[in-house]
Amino acid sequence: MLRIKNKFNTERDISGCGLCGIINAKRVKTNGSDIKKAISIEHDRGNGLGGGFAVYGNYPDYAELYAFHIMYDNLPAKTDVEEYLKNNFIIEKEEPIPTFMTSKIYDHPYLHRYFIKPKSDRPDKLFHELGDDDFVVNSVMLINQNYDGAYVFSSGKNMGAFKGVGYPEDIADFYKLEEVEGYMWTAHNRFPTNTPGWWGGAHPFTLLDWSIVHNGEISSYGINKRYLEMYKYNLALRTDTEVITYILDLLIRRHKLPVRLALTVLASPFYQKIDKMNGDKKELFTALRQIYGSALLNGPFAIVFGYSNGMVAMNDRIKLRPLVAAAMGDFTYVASEEAAISAVCPSPDIVWSPKAGEPVIVEFEEKKIPQKGGLISL
Amino acid sequence: MITIDAAGMHYKELNRLIREGIGKGIKKFFLENVNGQYYIGDGIKGDDVVININGIPGNDLGVFMDGPTLIVNNNAQDNIGNTMNAGKILIKGDAGDVVGYGMRGGKIYILGNAGYRVGIHMKGYNEQLPIIIIGGEVGSFFAEYMAGGIIVLLGLNDSDEFDSEYFASGMHGGTIYLRKKIDFSKYSKDVELYETDENDMNFLKKYLIDYADSFNIPSEEIMGKPFYKIVPSSARPYAHLYTSA
Repeated sequence: MLRIKNKFNTERDISGCGLCGIINAKRVKTNGSDIKKAISIEHDRGNGLGGGFAVYGNYPDYAELYAFHIMYDNLPAKTDVEEYLKNNFIIEKEEPIPTFMTSKIYDHPYLHRYFIKPKSDRPDKLFHELGDDDFVVNSVMLINQNYDGAYVFSSGKNMGAFKGVGYPEDIADFYKLEEVEGYMWTAHNRFPTNTPGWWGGAHPFTLLDWSIVHNGEISSYGINKRYLEMYKYNLALRTDTEVITYILDLLIRRHKLPVRLALTVLASPFYQKIDKMNGDKKELFTALRQIYGSALLNGPFAIVFGYSNGMVAMNDRIKLRPLVAAAMGDFTYVASEEAAISAVCPSPDIVWSPKAGEPVIVEFEEKKIPQKGGLISL
Repeated sequence: MITIDAAGMHYKELNRLIREGIGKGIKKFFLENVNGQYYIGDGIKGDDVVININGIPGNDLGVFMDGPTLIVNNNAQDNIGNTMNAGKILIKGDAGDVVGYGMRGGKIYILGNAGYRVGIHMKGYNEQLPIIIIGGEVGSFFAEYMAGGIIVLLGLNDSDEFDSEYFASGMHGGTIYLRKKIDFSKYSKDVELYETDENDMNFLKKYLIDYADSFNIPSEEIMGKPFYKIVPSSARPYAHLYTSA
């Protein structure tokens, strides 16, 4: 079983691409029709070779279990992966992911989901004491890397990724997202230019509760990849966006950096800007750049990052990709184009363009009013 | 006169209807329910054609346009007036990034703010003099690699803050007018700041009055404060980037 798989070994993702995100800070749920409508306005930013959605809050009945969405190219892969899952996890429920034939999506892999938790007496306990999250991450890496024809689309709690090859509005119909409800949605319309689009290469890229949709090109991919491999992340999906998801998992979950600081690692201020800072702040930013230089993202990007506590939208340090945000009551919207927001929220309270490298962060529970511009105040 | 309901319409269809209308001699267009359609006014000609746009036009509004006037009553997206040759674009809201990219003639007037990289690679030659006037604030890389034409930044909200970085980097032609004094040493090494003289103001006046009239604001409000002028220090700022002087 141990062999190098994935024939698309030059996978890179540049140019085009459209993204959207919708979050309700009070966890009021909406179905997938708004996010579908918003991303469909950005139809021409993609070319039909990748569309996808992440939704949070969609599995309230299984909120304590890891929801694995797995794509299988062939049925033997399913048999093999299920054997691994049975040996290591308690499977509370498993079923095919509901899909619906549409005239647009006619060729698709087998898609199955599992609501599971790691067994307390699983075999790896003989060798180490991993926490559940760490074990899930290891399992995702193992399946993606070693089980031919099987890829984990998502592995978080009370969330899921629904993605594939096609325009995002057609992918939404394929999964009938009008019937799925969540309090946070992100969406992506892909325009791969160098390599084939394939189901595993569509956004969002997720791990545990982290999900990323991305427009741009990570030219630091090689450095980021080597850095992540030192921490045992396997980059099996051969696309630049994957590194962002794993970097955030490393920084936030494993190194316990606050979200805001982790984001300044991805889009660190330039040294000339750090030089102008004072005292503690200067020391902090210098330390972050020195320690996490290999986690810095270079190249143009706009990302929407979903996690269990909220959503972040951010640009690269010199704003080489578009990003617009708007707020209306408890809803915050982000998108590549204002028209996408306007399609679902015609008169927002405020609309603004986030500045380069300064994240828009919206978290649940204690309601935060999104502020214009950056939120970096330390 | 023609009214086109653009709700749900693809940009190809919308632009086809506009071109057909111009071909039939229609001079006045009202586009309703526009939302995100790209390339509105792409390459169209006709100095007396006026297109009124309700809704948010998509990227590359007025790209390659050669004469007509576009009036946008809302915000607009990125790449307004890309490589525009002649005509006029009025934006009553805010504009996105890369306004007037490679623009070589005509006017873009923005009442609100504009995003990053306003006037990048804008150029002028003899009677071809592109002009961008922005009422509010701008993002970083303002007038990047500017090679010709005029950009006027009014800052009508009179905020003292000016946090646009990389101001006029690589600028090697044209003129920027600012309606406020900034500590220039902080922003750019490629350009020089001067106070405007009578000649400058006489030249500017007709454009400022045109701008004020376009948005129905009193021109005295705009001209009540002194203007400063920014010109490139060199026509070849990167002549010695890779070689010694």
